[in-house]
Amino acid sequence: MSLDADMRVTVGTFEERIHLDVADGEVVAVLGPNGSGKSTLLRALAGLRPLTAGRIVLDDVVLDDPDAGVLVPPEHRPCGMVFQDYLLFPHLTAAANVAFGIRGRGATKADADKRALEWLGRMGLADKAESKPRQLSGGEAQRVALARALATSPRLLLLDEPMAALDVGTRGSVRHQLRRHLAEFAGSCVMVTHDPLDAAAIADRLVIVEAGRIVQQGTLKEVTTRPRTTYIADLMGLNLLTARASGTTLVLANGTALETASPATGEVLMVIAPRNIALYLQRPGGSPRNTWSTRVSEVHLMGDRARVLVGEPVPVTAEITAVSLAELGLTEGSPVWASVKATQIDTYPAQAG
Amino acid sequence: MTAPQRRRRPPVFALVVASLTVAFLAIPLIGLLTKASWSTLWNDLTTPVALDALRLSLICSLWATGLSLVLGVPLAWVLARTQLPGRSLVRALAILPMVLPPVVGGVALLVAFGRDGLVGKHLYSLFGIQFTFTTAGAVLAETFVAMPFLIITVEAALRSMDGRYEEVAANLGAGRWTTFRRVTLPMIAPSLIAGTALTWARALGEFGATITFAGNIQGRTQTLPLAVYLALQNNEALAVALSLALLAISVVVLVSLRGWWLGTIKS
Repeated sequence: MSLDADMRVTVGTFEERIHLDVADGEVVAVLGPNGSGKSTLLRALAGLRPLTAGRIVLDDVVLDDPDAGVLVPPEHRPCGMVFQDYLLFPHLTAAANVAFGIRGRGATKADADKRALEWLGRMGLADKAESKPRQLSGGEAQRVALARALATSPRLLLLDEPMAALDVGTRGSVRHQLRRHLAEFAGSCVMVTHDPLDAAAIADRLVIVEAGRIVQQGTLKEVTTRPRTTYIADLMGLNLLTARASGTTLVLANGTALETASPATGEVLMVIAPRNIALYLQRPGGSPRNTWSTRVSEVHLMGDRARVLVGEPVPVTAEITAVSLAELGLTEGSPVWASVKATQIDTYPAQAG
Repeated sequence: MTAPQRRRRPPVFALVVASLTVAFLAIPLIGLLTKASWSTLWNDLTTPVALDALRLSLICSLWATGLSLVLGVPLAWVLARTQLPGRSLVRALAILPMVLPPVVGGVALLVAFGRDGLVGKHLYSLFGIQFTFTTAGAVLAETFVAMPFLIITVEAALRSMDGRYEEVAANLGAGRWTTFRRVTLPMIAPSLIAGTALTWARALGEFGATITFAGNIQGRTQTLPLAVYLALQNNEALAVALSLALLAISVVVLVSLRGWWLGTIKS
């Protein structure tokens, strides 16, 4: 175990309480909506915001422990950080930016300059050494920021929204490069993001934070197939509903009953993939037992697919092709029949365990 | 595609007032230039009185600028970066000399640091230090009046600077002093230079506080403005010559700083 952080931070009336364990070589992505406390968590780890209570231990060294009166200042922590917007010093060249941290850890100027050039070379930026930050593209700036953080030989690497400042067009390749560089990093890494694609591409484990608490954590597969909150389900593009199960019958809070294939009992969460919900203008015949009449509440066209939100009694999103949307002629308020096969409803206990 | 654009003419009223304002600002300068006796200018400026005043003005204003930097920058940092109570009171105190009539500043300095002053009498009886009628007194008076220009310029620059860069420096292992020297100072450099120049110009032109506190002794406290004032009583040509010297220095400062100011306005 490399990082063991039990963090409690109070900001005004907002209390954040998060426990984070990160192993050597592991990359953990912290996902959460704005204001959920993701950035505060990074700032606490970096020493930029002291804990209110709790303890941060990195490689058996206590960095912050208010009860014991221990607080290692940021300049003495082995934490490298890639800040949001990268924050490269605008008055220094790319090489001087990278050398800054190496000198900060005690190297001589000549040694720091030499190692800075090596790091830029490793990032494929040897020709940008003398460039000022404003002459760099977003992807290049990110790599300089990463080199600057890694050059200090940190035990813990912190990434604050490393993709947010990039154009959509360059994100894919930058994501790929970042993943490659992080794979070579031996220490623990915590990345804060609000983009599940970044998390999925880069991290080994996902931690979902809402309102200052961890609501779910696990591998990408666990989180995407069994979301525990509607925020996570929305993030993954899934419909999440709560129901009471008895056998294969699921009863929603409003009394609507649906049929599932595998029996369960008690409070359950149920997910339905939007593409498994079919829409019809007339009541469909045939096999699906779960059929209900409703109205369209919103329509979002996304390329050749369309996401159609329907209202009560089962408020869900259906994904159909743009062609089907045109054929059905659906707009806001249109009456519509929706159906889902019993085998397409996945259930799992509402209580984590 | 550029469509031909018809510019709206500025209103006549504004143009008239603007022209009057320009005339009001320019005519005194033209007066100085026409009144100058160019043939005797060099002789006037190389008289002992003029040379003493020039030398003293440069020495005192540079000392005052240096003192303002040493004393003012830390105060500006405290005002901009800390949450200490009473900051707004301190800020008001620091800016007060800007709005205070300089003569009043001189009187205040006299009752504080004069030989019989609140602090001055102890300085004199314990250490034999006297400010009145000394060059040190002139430096003190100029510092008192000019330093606020530095404090407000630097504080504003520190406030508008993105403080996260200082966190980046800390994360990269830099202590407070290294962070200030290698990150904060370079990032506020344009404002620091502009503020320093303003402070120096104000110190160079200082009259009221200096004459009240330090007196008007040639070679010791008689700076250029004081010499101009004295010369005006009996030797107008000398007064004009000295004024031209001050004007020339001001113009040089203004021109050399134009780039900085424009840079600050643009960004």
